[in-house]
Amino acid sequence: MYWEKQLETIPREELSLLQAERLKKTIANAQRTSFYRRLFSHNKIDPEKIKSPEDLKFIPPTTKVDLREGFPFGFLAVPLEEAVRLHSSSGTTGTPTVIYYTASDLDRWTNQVARSMYAVGMRKNDVFQNMMSYGLFTGGLGMHYGAERLGALTIPIGAGNSKRQIWFLKFFKSTAIHIIPSYALLLAQLIKAEDLDPRQDFNIRIMLLGAEPHSEETRRRIEEIYGAKAYNSYGLSEVNGPGVAFECVFQEGMHLWEDYYILEILNPQTLSPTPPGEVGEIVLTTIYRDATPLIRYRTGDLASLLEEPCPCGRTHRRISRIQGRTDDMFIFRGVNIFPMQIEKVLMSNPEVGNNYRIILEREDYRDKMIVEVEIKPELFLGDLQKLARLRERIQSELHSEILVTPEVILVEPGSIPAPEGKVQRVIDHRQL
Amino acid sequence: MARQLSIFAENKPGRIEKITRLLSQEGINIRAITISSANGFGVIKILASEPQKAFEVLRNHNFPVYLQEVIAVVMNDEPGGLHRVAQALAENQINIEDAYGFVIKSGEKAVLVIQVENQPQAHNILERNGFQLLTDEEIYQL
Repeated sequence: MYWEKQLETIPREELSLLQAERLKKTIANAQRTSFYRRLFSHNKIDPEKIKSPEDLKFIPPTTKVDLREGFPFGFLAVPLEEAVRLHSSSGTTGTPTVIYYTASDLDRWTNQVARSMYAVGMRKNDVFQNMMSYGLFTGGLGMHYGAERLGALTIPIGAGNSKRQIWFLKFFKSTAIHIIPSYALLLAQLIKAEDLDPRQDFNIRIMLLGAEPHSEETRRRIEEIYGAKAYNSYGLSEVNGPGVAFECVFQEGMHLWEDYYILEILNPQTLSPTPPGEVGEIVLTTIYRDATPLIRYRTGDLASLLEEPCPCGRTHRRISRIQGRTDDMFIFRGVNIFPMQIEKVLMSNPEVGNNYRIILEREDYRDKMIVEVEIKPELFLGDLQKLARLRERIQSELHSEILVTPEVILVEPGSIPAPEGKVQRVIDHRQL
Repeated sequence: MARQLSIFAENKPGRIEKITRLLSQEGINIRAITISSANGFGVIKILASEPQKAFEVLRNHNFPVYLQEVIAVVMNDEPGGLHRVAQALAENQINIEDAYGFVIKSGEKAVLVIQVENQPQAHNILERNGFQLLTDEEIYQL
């Protein structure tokens, strides 16, 4: 039932001691980074005095902006030759973020993933089809190594190419898959189009849903379609990737692995802890990672804390489904997108006016992104062909920035409601 | 030379209604109209009396509008009328990028409006071949 019984069911008091121990090491380690050295001295923090999770409140949180400004080496705590891998956020216009891993960092991350998979019932006799993209994105590689650690036969098929996915599902009778929930819905349509029944013709018993927030209703629907158990997972590339928190077989919230992270749920405005059960921002401190320590990292993800013990016996507390974001980031087909990335591309085209709007839709299980763009009257020279070319150019520029291709629609100036106060750039019609 | 209005408009109900209403309120007469569209938007081309005034009216109502020189050739409204114009241009290797026509008086006169890359050259060729080319004012008086 447990991958590591002793650690997973560790009594809370012992867990606190373990956290304090690891936190002290992390604080010492963080002083090797230029970012935290400066943060401590600037805020007159005596690192020696940070001894337990309760002392964390004296340290200002770290944000994604800090990570960007620290690019490329501001958060590196080990000599570069000790690092064996990096993962980085996408984006060609903005500064990316980068996380380095030592060999033991990877070993620990892999262990978290294996532990998570074991908790939902995956075993070494499973055939695991990993339908997430490999590469800089952590979702693919993170789960891949966890599954190998578990001993499962791992198929590194990657994202997309539905025909091939279906062929592998059929031929190798994959029993566990890692998939984006919106893609699971779409894939079911394609399976039916090939006259196959996801319940009868495949052998899927466990589905790991990741990279995209989704509702309980969507999970139930996916389970119904595939005749399998679907489990929610949580992770973010700044904090390793998948496996930070994972559901167990009880499917009631995700256990956040507190021997690896100190969890805080804070009011995003006041930064004080939200009462249990209330939604706040997930703030994480990595306490068992060497190359890139992060102290009180503001994830931007909103969730609530479930304090009650879980019937599974694990003592690591659970977080709810992700309820939203503190910023305007949205997730489309598993890709994290900030409207600013889209804005930068649009505004680099002189023919484009200042107003734009991003509309997200789910049509026949297929997610669609529409970018409405106003054109500038002064730069319209009467030519339909030129406009068609402009539209294509914007589409391909957007693709290279956000890695998905939205449908660009050119609209008349003034047809997008002018922003008043807080600008609502993203209109999400998807039923998550 | 004659001038036509090119208007960018979204492909949705009510756009032509609005454009024609604005022009009619100003007493501007439309001689010809053509619409081409792609991917949810279109370009409406209008040959109007008082193109400058029409341009200002639409511009003031926020339409992306462009005033563009075109060639308006008078043809005989009879079999082969259009062919003679096309022949003159083809013989001189001139490619027609966009064209539309309208009849002024059935069985007598028609007008062909064309856009080519090198307008002055096409203009000269047509004049040399004895075609009558219309100016804004002449279109207005039709």
